[in-house]
Amino acid sequence: MITAARPPQVPDDRGERTRVANLHPTAWSNPTPPDCYQLVVIGGGTAGIAAAQRAAALGARVALVERHLLGGTCLNTGCVPSRALIRTSRLYAEMRDATRYGACRPADIKVDFAATMARVRAIRGHLSGDLSVRTLAADGVDVYFGRPRFTGADSLTVDDTPLRFARAIIATGARPHVPDIPGLKEAGFLTNETVFDLTELPRRLLVIGGGPIGCELAQAFRRLGAGTTIVQSLPLFLEREERDAAQMLSDAMARDGVEVRLNTHVVAVRVENGQKLVDLVSDDYHNTIAVDAIAAGVGRTPNVEGMNLDAAGVAYAPGQGVAVDDHLRTSNPRIYAAGDVCLNYKYGHTAQASAQIAVANALFRGHRRVSELVIPWCTFTDPEIAHVGLYVRQANQRGIPVKTYTVLMHQVDRAVADSETAGFVKIHVREGSDHILGATIVARHAGDMINEITLAMGAGVGLRKIADVIHCYDTQAEAIQMAAKACERTRLTPRVRARLKHWLAHVCAG
Amino acid sequence: MSNPQQVEAPLDAATTAPGVASDETLLDVLARGAFDYFPQQTNPDNGLVADNSRAGVPASIAVVGFALSAYPIAVERGWIERAPAVRACLAALRFFRDSDQSGGPESTGYQGFYFHFLDMDSGARVWKCELSMIDTALLIAGALTAAAYFNSADDEETELRAVADALYRRINWRWAQDDGNTIRQGWKPECGFLHYGWEGYSEAIVLYVLAMGSPTYPISSDCYAAWTATYQWENLYGHDCLYAGPLFVHHFSHAWIDFRGIRDAFMREKHSDYFENSARAVLVQREYTRRNPHGFAGYGLDAWGLSACDGPSDELPDVSHEERHLFGYAARGVPYGPDDGTLCVPAMLSSLPFAPELALDGVRVALSRHPNVLDSGRLATAVNPSLRHADGSAWVSSGHFGLDQGIVLMMIENYRSGLPWRLMRGCTCIHAGLRCADFRGGWLLDHAAQVAP
Repeated sequence: MITAARPPQVPDDRGERTRVANLHPTAWSNPTPPDCYQLVVIGGGTAGIAAAQRAAALGARVALVERHLLGGTCLNTGCVPSRALIRTSRLYAEMRDATRYGACRPADIKVDFAATMARVRAIRGHLSGDLSVRTLAADGVDVYFGRPRFTGADSLTVDDTPLRFARAIIATGARPHVPDIPGLKEAGFLTNETVFDLTELPRRLLVIGGGPIGCELAQAFRRLGAGTTIVQSLPLFLEREERDAAQMLSDAMARDGVEVRLNTHVVAVRVENGQKLVDLVSDDYHNTIAVDAIAAGVGRTPNVEGMNLDAAGVAYAPGQGVAVDDHLRTSNPRIYAAGDVCLNYKYGHTAQASAQIAVANALFRGHRRVSELVIPWCTFTDPEIAHVGLYVRQANQRGIPVKTYTVLMHQVDRAVADSETAGFVKIHVREGSDHILGATIVARHAGDMINEITLAMGAGVGLRKIADVIHCYDTQAEAIQMAAKACERTRLTPRVRARLKHWLAHVCAG
Repeated sequence: MSNPQQVEAPLDAATTAPGVASDETLLDVLARGAFDYFPQQTNPDNGLVADNSRAGVPASIAVVGFALSAYPIAVERGWIERAPAVRACLAALRFFRDSDQSGGPESTGYQGFYFHFLDMDSGARVWKCELSMIDTALLIAGALTAAAYFNSADDEETELRAVADALYRRINWRWAQDDGNTIRQGWKPECGFLHYGWEGYSEAIVLYVLAMGSPTYPISSDCYAAWTATYQWENLYGHDCLYAGPLFVHHFSHAWIDFRGIRDAFMREKHSDYFENSARAVLVQREYTRRNPHGFAGYGLDAWGLSACDGPSDELPDVSHEERHLFGYAARGVPYGPDDGTLCVPAMLSSLPFAPELALDGVRVALSRHPNVLDSGRLATAVNPSLRHADGSAWVSSGHFGLDQGIVLMMIENYRSGLPWRLMRGCTCIHAGLRCADFRGGWLLDHAAQVAP
């Protein structure tokens, strides 16, 4: 459930018209509600739509309530516009780097930012078709637009329309968390909810926060020509990731010309002569930089306000979200939650997966657990950084002996052929076995590659088994098979080798 | 600044010519050249030693630690008489004993620790640098080495031992935890503790061992376990190893502590030890430079040594056409980088105890290809064969760095006689620290048998 309407400065082009027509057509009339829905889903984002479609496909009478635009963060202000913007920024980076590929560097590389953003809007509009109100209606979902408010343990209103339900799923998502920095609000700032509506490239951009969103934005805008500074309070980017991965990203950012300020805090912002002056502190070093725009969406805050959750007996905490158990059930046994409003892992794919669990548990007395999910994630910088399962430090802290099989991308033929040798595949296994505990991949297409490891972990396939799976030559995913073969080779202990030698001498004796 | 009482010895650079000099001769020249850095770059009034040989640089407390370790070697080798060596060590130890420990912006130390860089004359903090836990540990390791060697009843030697012990005892290691699980990397009077600690395998074992072995402010073994929980045991290029990118990480603690055959819980689980691990680090380095992913000139099986060292920087006027980034002084490492084509020849040589043939081959190749790496019998810190001067010679770092000369001298000596290791094996606090870290086996067993009733 996003909070901002389409700002007036967004061009009223075909992409935008398509998106609005699909996600909240002005002519839409809410249905007439039956006595009681078997399931009411509150929030029309990724989790909400997935839950509604799943329940409807299983035969339930389902209502979906959305306050503004269907599609949620992922389609409107998150994954989709971000990936579209990143793709164009990669193209410009490759044009500048053309000689590395044996090609001529174009003489005059001029960024057309307006065209870049028009493409973003067009793609967003195009993809909105799959999540349109008509698609949902055709799937058997009753879609209501309006403000939902609980009125009891099994009832709510949508504006003035009362709905009753046997079960409900809260899937209202999250919004950007804005850091409490003196002067920031007065100076104005961008978040993921507004940055993709830009039509002019800021000449100088400050990105506050070195998490996934901050890193993606900083690199993309730098490649599109903005003088970009990224400020991160910690010594490395991507706090959660392995330090080698974070270090590679730091190096990549520096290569792109992003001014990297690690160990640095933003302490104040003010506006003078039309520019934003930002005071920075790094240990004992104080300085001020001037920028034209600030991107400040650090982290995500669950949307729990305005729904009168107290009336429904649903426990929640501002900043923490709706409280759920491992089955995604709230403190009201009729009501479940899914997606960003209740999960620590705020990704589109976890929202979808949690929606499936919530539906199964809410409607079919299922006992599926969120903790059983194998959840990968990816930061879409260049190179991408993808991870699944445990980190080494987590395994160590749990007393699990861990060994990592590492393949550098410069060992992979296809990566060399592509001139994409920055990165690695690290697969962590329980020492002395091939049981996969987790993996981190840094590569140009790490987000695609991690899926193979996720599949193996989900299906309980050991790493050695992957060594036997034929991988297409010549692909970057061969790195995974190379790691598996390294694991397989460790079975050839000196003792095994001695026995093999003895066998060969016996069998192959002249 | 040279010490007039230093014993003169011939330094014939010609005898180091590759293919001419024997291994012994080559190591003689390189060790002697390395030692000579210290008396030449020391302020005899306070024992402080310059970080490097360039004009106007401050002292580095870590380099003082290497100097204190160097004098016993020099006495043993006959390069300096015992008495002046003691006086040189004592000058430094007395300075630190009497130094300003107020923790003020221009003081010398705080809580028994010292600022990383000090003014050569006044000993006051410079460059607004940090109070450095690891560099203090290297300084104290040197003090303990000198104390272990200069063991006579002579007044000055007695005083030397007492001052070294006092300096060690006054270090408040617990304070350096800042109520956290691990030791902080630094502290500044302007902002307090730097908000990052040690993560992953590094040169900090000697720091943890000294901190756990302290008779006054010991940290707990939990602290060491919390640090080793950040280790990464990796299979890299087919070699199982405890990963650390820069080569010096695999050397510095080994300069003082003999890790052959002794294992902590982590190494017991991995059926390896830190000494063996340093040997494997050489293999990983060689495989990286053989593969040479960035295509830098001069890399190969006998040209490796990515480590912390000086290097060319982007500011150089004659490299403005370079598209790659040049990092200046930085901790280069394998296989994840950073890598700008710069190789640290002293780091190669410092692998001598772990992989003698490979280290010597590497140094001989470097001397053969880049003769200007050797000056006054001392190795420059780095060469970058991808950057060439007009005369075709490769970029070579100017001057010499004290850390390089110190680690080279100690590792050559450890390889040849094991003197530094032997001295520290007899050090009670090293034993206590290693045992607290749950190291077992090897020479620790022998020592336990000796002290048993």
